[in-house]
Amino acid sequence: MSRVLQRAILGLFHPYTTGFEDFRMFKLVPLLTVFAALAQAQSAPADKLAALEAAVQSAQSAGDNAWMLTSAALVLMMTGPGLALFYGGLVRRKNVLGTMMQSFIMMALITVLWAFVGYSLAFGGSGPLIGDLRYAFLNNVGGAPNSDYAPTIPQQTFMVYQLMFAIITPALITGAFAERMKFSAMLLFMTLWSLIVYFPMAHMVWGKGGLLNAFLGGRFPCFDFAGGTVVHITSGVSALMCALYLGRRKGYPAEPMKPHNLTLSFIGACLLWVGWFGFNAGSALGSGALASSAFVATHFGAAAAAIGWLLAEWMHNGKPSVLGGISGCVAGLVAITPASGFVKPMPALLIGLAAGLACYSMVAIIKAKMGYDDSLDAFGVHGVGGTLGAVLTGVFATNEVNNALKDSAGRPLPLGLVDGNAGQIVNQVIGCAISWILAIAVTLIILKVCDLTLGLRVAPDEEVQGLDLTMHGEEAYNLEA
Amino acid sequence: MKKVEAIIQPFKLEDVKEALKALGVDGMTVTEVRGHGRQKGHKEVYRGKEYTVDLLPKVKVELVIPAARSAEVIRTLAEAARTGRIGDGKIFVYDVAEAIRIRNDDRGEAAL
Repeated sequence: MSRVLQRAILGLFHPYTTGFEDFRMFKLVPLLTVFAALAQAQSAPADKLAALEAAVQSAQSAGDNAWMLTSAALVLMMTGPGLALFYGGLVRRKNVLGTMMQSFIMMALITVLWAFVGYSLAFGGSGPLIGDLRYAFLNNVGGAPNSDYAPTIPQQTFMVYQLMFAIITPALITGAFAERMKFSAMLLFMTLWSLIVYFPMAHMVWGKGGLLNAFLGGRFPCFDFAGGTVVHITSGVSALMCALYLGRRKGYPAEPMKPHNLTLSFIGACLLWVGWFGFNAGSALGSGALASSAFVATHFGAAAAAIGWLLAEWMHNGKPSVLGGISGCVAGLVAITPASGFVKPMPALLIGLAAGLACYSMVAIIKAKMGYDDSLDAFGVHGVGGTLGAVLTGVFATNEVNNALKDSAGRPLPLGLVDGNAGQIVNQVIGCAISWILAIAVTLIILKVCDLTLGLRVAPDEEVQGLDLTMHGEEAYNLEA
Repeated sequence: MKKVEAIIQPFKLEDVKEALKALGVDGMTVTEVRGHGRQKGHKEVYRGKEYTVDLLPKVKVELVIPAARSAEVIRTLAEAARTGRIGDGKIFVYDVAEAIRIRNDDRGEAAL
């Protein structure tokens, strides 16, 4: 009986037997599958229910997977072209290609590293400090979900989405040593840095059993929705170590080192803003209400921080600059990153405003007094904004936004200070401290290793000529050509 | 013969050209230059770091004219280039020993 019904339904809409247009037919296919499944299961209600459940699950998986693949693409767009343009515009004309290449090459180098061992070291196993090698060479990473992390999307989607974070994090560091580091040494540095800083840190915060994982059995539950500690503190603090170890650029601060093209930086920063929706809202690992909440918090944080930076600059210098506005929005995006899946819109505005003011003070006032040359302010924006955001997450995180933590009776647990859990701030500070210490210690060791083997810094005459010509044999602007 | 060398604001070049053309001055040489006078440039600030830009873009107009017309030409040029604000530029006037048209070896004012 059910066979007959199924054939009848399929026959009615079959493209070769009816006059329906092909495109209408395609839309009907999923519907028909459901009908067919139902028809087949008519005899037993239990079978019918199972078929319905499977159909619902497949629909959710389709929706979540669509958003997660889109998010992965958005996060890749943050590195190239986003960060490459943002940083490229800020350096001098002779270094723009070298600077863009330092971001771009991460898209290639880290991808290979991730495929070989990176994904597995970050998300394989359940150790407190680092994963294992069960997914090395992407063994067993396929279409089936990894239920520990993202039960509604293929593990391949989860893997490639997390890869985009592993790409942009080392690319952020390049801002600190812009205009003076050897390309070969940078490749070695970034490979070692990913292996010893990023993969362990990603595991500690997001990996099952990780020391700081708040949801999967961590010793110190630290809330970091999209990477305040993993991405921004590690990259920002390592950036400071690079700036201190390498020393200032030749001629700094006496010689003028103005940004050579702020229109490039403007486009890059706006691409970062848009891409960040994939970074933060995508970290919901699905397309439900939590993703919407993170999307809104992200946007509000960026807006308030742009205003904060501009106001500070306007009062301090007399003019609100374009570079100030775009730097402010990036600072806000950094600070809201750990908080984005835990806070409501009004606290997001507050976190953004605080980041705009704090990062402006760091970059425009304190840095000059300290005298180090963090060329493009990777520490001032990512280190400072990331730490501020991580701590404020402990203040404003609320179970009204994120109720994933529940007690034994199934009631949502209080998250941050606003929920009455003041102790969370301590956990956040512990999370920050571990990222700071790991970043400082390991970065200094790796820098020493690279310096002794390849030499970190280009020769003085190469620095004068610029990285474009000396490292890559080309120039960005051949206006006479 | 006099040589008039005027350093003016770039955006005033069209006005100066028009005024000199109306006066019947036939030739001139124009160069894009950078420089400063008493104004000493301006200040730019990038993320709190200040840069003083002391060499500003200007345009240099050079022309050689019969001495009898120099007062009139200089007055016209100055009026056309003037905004009344700092940075309008300067005019220098020199005596010219000789002028030669390369094509046919005309000499003196006939070569202008």
